[in-house]
Amino acid sequence: MSPRAIWTALMTIVVREVRRFTRIWPQTLLPPAVTMTLYFVIFGNLIGSRIGKMDGFDYMAFIVPGLIMMSVITSSYSNVVSSFFGIKFHRSIEELLVSPVPNYIILAGYVAGGMARGLGVGLIVTLVSLGFTDLSVQHPVLTVLTVALTSMLFSLGGFINAMLATKFDDISIVPTFILTPLTYLGGVFYSIHQLPEFWQSVSMINPILYMVNAFRFGILGVSDVNVGISLAMIVAFIVGLIVVCLRMLARGQGIRH
Amino acid sequence: MTDALRIENLRKTYGSGFEALKGIDLQVRQGDFFALLGPNGAGKSTTLGIVCSLVNKSSGKVTVFGHDIDTDLSRAKMTLGVVPQEMNFNQFEKVIDIVVTQAGYYGIPAKKAVVSAERYLRQLGLWDRRNSPARSLSGGMKRRLMIARALVHEPKLLILDEPTAGVDIELRRSMWTFLEDLNKQGTTIILTTHYLEEAEALCRNIAIIDKGEIIQDTSMRDLLKQLSVESFLLDLSEPLSEVPELEAFDSRLTAEGQLEVDVRKGQDLNTVFSKLDQQGIRVLSMRTKANRLEELFIRLVESNSAQSGGAL
Repeated sequence: MSPRAIWTALMTIVVREVRRFTRIWPQTLLPPAVTMTLYFVIFGNLIGSRIGKMDGFDYMAFIVPGLIMMSVITSSYSNVVSSFFGIKFHRSIEELLVSPVPNYIILAGYVAGGMARGLGVGLIVTLVSLGFTDLSVQHPVLTVLTVALTSMLFSLGGFINAMLATKFDDISIVPTFILTPLTYLGGVFYSIHQLPEFWQSVSMINPILYMVNAFRFGILGVSDVNVGISLAMIVAFIVGLIVVCLRMLARGQGIRH
Repeated sequence: MTDALRIENLRKTYGSGFEALKGIDLQVRQGDFFALLGPNGAGKSTTLGIVCSLVNKSSGKVTVFGHDIDTDLSRAKMTLGVVPQEMNFNQFEKVIDIVVTQAGYYGIPAKKAVVSAERYLRQLGLWDRRNSPARSLSGGMKRRLMIARALVHEPKLLILDEPTAGVDIELRRSMWTFLEDLNKQGTTIILTTHYLEEAEALCRNIAIIDKGEIIQDTSMRDLLKQLSVESFLLDLSEPLSEVPELEAFDSRLTAEGQLEVDVRKGQDLNTVFSKLDQQGIRVLSMRTKANRLEELFIRLVESNSAQSGGAL
């Protein structure tokens, strides 16, 4: 395929993906806005006012970056896992497999779709949060870079989950039993400095901690961990997952007999 | 001239250990209308799946218009259009979107894709339903949608895996006409079907696959020549009380009052008619008792099954 044809194929996948999640916006875009509003009201306003300051910030301001990141992670992951498993399930993946679209374009298209939804949801949650607190972004470039890379990382994770999944149960196991606990324990609602030393060390092996803190540093200027290490980890994970995805696609794992 | 499809020593063993293809060879010439027949589980869909990249082969070589699927897969795929046996599109998408999206996967820009989609949707009688969700189409319409989708990038080789399964006779005939026209315009067509009259009516060459092996690969004409006896049913103007004397021809009366006559290779129907005429018996109409290809197909598969010691 010529570069122009490859670009057309990529945009076809991306447009199809964006059209898919915007068509079903009550299932994809609205729930995070409602859920995060509840978080802001209950944890930020009602409980947060009794907690006081966290790392020198009102509790509401402290949790906003983490909650934005949580919604970005969940939306990016679930978009790719449900969409790609969906086309596997009703076999329309064969439309792609018989076509000359290179594997890296299939991956790029689905990851771009996941990022579009993840970042779209992130923007919606950010706008909702402005109704509860003032946000002054300290490091805009770092903020955007961190959220974009994190969205990409979890889109890749969703892609792997979808390739391995053989039934609908398989696409909810990782979000329910791995992603959500890691996110909640990733410093969204607290600073790990408040934990006993042992649990601080345990928290350091949670990759989501680094993403939440890098993003919080971008917005508030404070972080529990080194931001450089955070970004390096995110990039390393992305590279690793891209290699895994492309190998799985080349083998046709879960998509070819 | 390069073959449209060339398969050499193709083998496929599934993870379960089942050997679906046992080293088959096949050639389909450019411009051919080719039938690949076989009983259920014979290896037809596995063969076509490998050609279309839906199934990984275990070993062997496949080239499509000279492009090896191991080393030049992208070009091979550009020449292929596939109509699968089962529905494989998103039922919630609009008809036009399904076809235009498929064109996009082949790198065709949206404007050009819409023109091509309109052309095939019109030809296949689906243009008026272009904005309907695919799930609202009838079974026959869904099959035609898959044909339009397979043609939108104008492939040189069209593979149809049982395209008329579950389609009513009228629609089946119109699809035959469409496919014949397409073939006349130069598109090579490979067809699998369970309707053997379909293969006989459309295809010039034929391969029969059974238990992962090609047991017959010849022209339709040569294959039909293998029939040593053909039975005809004659409708008579007056019912007969006993079988007329037809000398070398075996004949019998059916419960419906028709005369059934066996015509062997080398015999001719004119003799039958003249003998009946001599006896004052008038024939109103005539038809073959069973589909000729069907008879041969069953015989070949049964013979292969007996040789391999298995049952059908």
